[in-house]
Amino acid sequence: MDSLRDKIIPVTTILLGLVAVWYVAAVFMNAPFQRDLDRRGNVTRTTLEFVQATLSQPKPTLPAPHQVAANFFENTFLRKITSNRSLVYHSWVTLSSTLVGFLFGTALGIAIAVGIVHLKSLDRSLMPWIIASQTIPILAIAPMIIVVLAAVNVTGLIPKALISTYLSFFPVAVGMVKGLRSPEIMHLDLMHTYNASANQIFWKLRVPASVPFLFASMKVAVAASLVGAIVGELPTGAVAGIGSKLLAGSYYSQTIDIWAALVAGSVVAALLVALVGLAGKIVERAMGAQPA
Amino acid sequence: MKLRPSVQQDDFMNTAVVSASGLSLTFQTNDGPVNALSDVDLTIGKGEFVSFIGPSGCGKTTFLRVIADLEKPTAGSILVNGMMPEQAREARAYGYVFQAAALLPWRTIEKNVALPLEVMGMSQSEQRARVSRTLDMVNLTGFEKKYPWQLSGGMQQRASIARALAFDADLLLMDEPFGALDEIVRDHLNKQLLELWARTDKTICFVTHSIPEAVYLSTRIVVMSPRPGRVTDVIESNLPRERPLHIRETPQFLEIAHRVRDGLRAGHSYED
Amino acid sequence: MMELLSLSTVTPKSWQSYVALALILAAVLLWPIFAEPATSDIGSFSFVLLFLLVAIGADGFPPKPAAGVLFVGAHGAVLILLAMLLGNEGAARPPFYLLMAAAWLLAWRCIALLSGLQPAARWAQILLRLVIPAIFGLWLLIFWEAITRGAGIPFILLPPPSAVGARIANSLPILAADVQQTIFKAALAGYAMGCAAGFVTAILADRFLFLRRGLMPIGNMVSALPIIGVAPIMVMWFGFGWESKAAVVVIMTFFPMLVNTVAGLAASGHMERDLMRTYASSYWQTLFKLRLPAAAPFIFNALKINSTLALIGAIVAEFFGTPVVGMGFRISTEVGRMNIDMVWAEIAVAALAGSVFYGVVALFERAATFWHPSVRGG
Repeated sequence: MDSLRDKIIPVTTILLGLVAVWYVAAVFMNAPFQRDLDRRGNVTRTTLEFVQATLSQPKPTLPAPHQVAANFFENTFLRKITSNRSLVYHSWVTLSSTLVGFLFGTALGIAIAVGIVHLKSLDRSLMPWIIASQTIPILAIAPMIIVVLAAVNVTGLIPKALISTYLSFFPVAVGMVKGLRSPEIMHLDLMHTYNASANQIFWKLRVPASVPFLFASMKVAVAASLVGAIVGELPTGAVAGIGSKLLAGSYYSQTIDIWAALVAGSVVAALLVALVGLAGKIVERAMGAQPA
Repeated sequence: MKLRPSVQQDDFMNTAVVSASGLSLTFQTNDGPVNALSDVDLTIGKGEFVSFIGPSGCGKTTFLRVIADLEKPTAGSILVNGMMPEQAREARAYGYVFQAAALLPWRTIEKNVALPLEVMGMSQSEQRARVSRTLDMVNLTGFEKKYPWQLSGGMQQRASIARALAFDADLLLMDEPFGALDEIVRDHLNKQLLELWARTDKTICFVTHSIPEAVYLSTRIVVMSPRPGRVTDVIESNLPRERPLHIRETPQFLEIAHRVRDGLRAGHSYED
Repeated sequence: MMELLSLSTVTPKSWQSYVALALILAAVLLWPIFAEPATSDIGSFSFVLLFLLVAIGADGFPPKPAAGVLFVGAHGAVLILLAMLLGNEGAARPPFYLLMAAAWLLAWRCIALLSGLQPAARWAQILLRLVIPAIFGLWLLIFWEAITRGAGIPFILLPPPSAVGARIANSLPILAADVQQTIFKAALAGYAMGCAAGFVTAILADRFLFLRRGLMPIGNMVSALPIIGVAPIMVMWFGFGWESKAAVVVIMTFFPMLVNTVAGLAASGHMERDLMRTYASSYWQTLFKLRLPAAAPFIFNALKINSTLALIGAIVAEFFGTPVVGMGFRISTEVGRMNIDMVWAEIAVAALAGSVFYGVVALFERAATFWHPSVRGG
């Protein structure tokens, strides 16, 4: 198959190469500590034993891939999902606020885009701020939102979801404005020759034309939403979620835990983006788009 | 009026700019193989103006691209200036004019014309001299500092012809260069091209799908037909070399156009 | 004919004016505007009414003078209202907000009139493009100020913009030190290294098809991952200084640059590439004369995306541990001490820095891709 030669083999090769580099790096980065340890414990090892030791430290500088994989596997599949060491539990905590924030953000983004496309004064006054706000490190606000809301006894899912909403509505709004404005002049002129109302033009022309833009921006939005939820878990020393795992790992130098949490976050991100992409494909297929 | 010296066959081979024999090219596509060129034999002598005409898919552009070493033939042989196409390309034996002007938008007109000269590593002063000479040839003096998008379509295409002329290759390959222009501009450029050809004595291979354009410009018209792409007729033009625009209403001109149309019909080009 | 022309340029009174008039009436009926009647200064109040009524009266003149009077009327009224708040924090009654709303409606009418203008002069177009969003931003601040002070919202929940402004003015040395640490050391160094590394890798991936095929799917996927999570690891490896933040920024900016540059190198047309081939141009000649210039819009797109990512990376990485300076450090510690005005000051500075960073890149982009339709067209 062509996809085997053009995609799978190169990607696997690069990934294997990365894993090999990772192992070599792990040996070298963990070696100084191991040497120190051996000197103090008066242990002499052969080179092979030494390499093995560097790859099985409990708190390595760079954990070896198999250590991360083992930790990830253990905390994902072998623990009860109610346990607070379970990665499934932490991922779910993060995922739930991600999804709530993402849904609100998408709805808000679409509403704003519709307003901007229909009201000229909104277009001229609000649109520049939306574009400018993309240049601002919005994530910096996250800790304040969490703490301030905690001060008025709003904790848990809502503050994190708020950050996710905030992060995800920008890409959707910008993408939808672009999408709703994407119909060609010729098509708009055609609708005018039918004396179609603004409402008809909106539903029959603008909305269908905007669908690919919507899903493209939703992919960006869902990834941003997840980042927002994770960062939202950092400042308060939240007890649950991928962000809290990262923070706890960094306090107690549990490097393997950090890496496993990173892997969990990546898996969640990949799943979310893939789901949005799949939904987009299905909708576009149903609307008669050419299968790519 | 200057008459072309009639040449003997063996003599002719020595001055052949392009000589193809048994040339074939098959593309492998998802829908199976496509015979873009099938068993083409053709010799083009020095100083000729040869037009290639036929419906789309007849291989006229493909033939030009094979000469230019932009496609590799799958069978047969072809020599350009007595060399393999690849060697000819590396020796910069030809200038190529595409369907669109393909000027680089970030370069001014003079910088665009200088592009091949830069690639060939000519000195600054040499570049300047050649750019002003060739821009003069296509009547674009005064537009050196303009950017391509500030010029009309006809002027852009003239600039791209200047770019092909800048390094003084003897062979000019033109792939429907005026196809995207309106007819009035096209008439004008046809006339200018003939004058240019008379002045420089270059060999020109010209792909077109316009019968009047082919007849008006050429000393020889190669009629091609599709599925498989092949040469069905070669028509020698006996029009004088000096050709005002109104020559196109003379019986002599219409007679040749009629023969071209007959050739196309014989190649089933008017059928679905 | 002249008469007809002048008639058609006169706009009828708008719904905003009618509603504003109704709101003003309601405000008068519901007097006083503050909880303590003694502090509800009738003199100032009548000036507010005067400004608003003049603005309403002007609505109906030709758009340009109407917009001017509406602007002055609405904002004059709001200024007096905000000034009246002094000493009445938390004591605003409904009439206060009704008058605010009336002024806001008139400002909206002003924006609508301005949006409808189509001046011929270029400078006037640019001025309008700046003024209209500026009025919108101004009103965000006005409402923020009026509601936080009028309703007496606790300072730690949301300080009024005036307090944030005062805090910025009072803490310039601290803010400057934080900017120096976070932006000029961590963000810029990481940005330069990450973009350069992404660019070089993209050239390599372009040269070697196998590398491109292997790297591109990975690069596309990584862009969706929460890369910011590597921050704690980088802090462990490179210490608390700016180096660890720069490392986070390098990783965050690498992939957008890689993906965009590879896409850009594929953007030059077939015809142009064939052209270079007919010149027997070498790989590097084609790269520098054709493909890199054609890729410039994509590369600048990555540079712009990365300018924001660099600031985010540098600030958020500081949440995981820094020396006692830096914008992320300041935000997380001042949040802990409930000095929310300092946090807002830091955020305002970050927003300003982000916009300037982006703007500088955008200026370079305009200069370098002047030929691209998106630039030369607008």
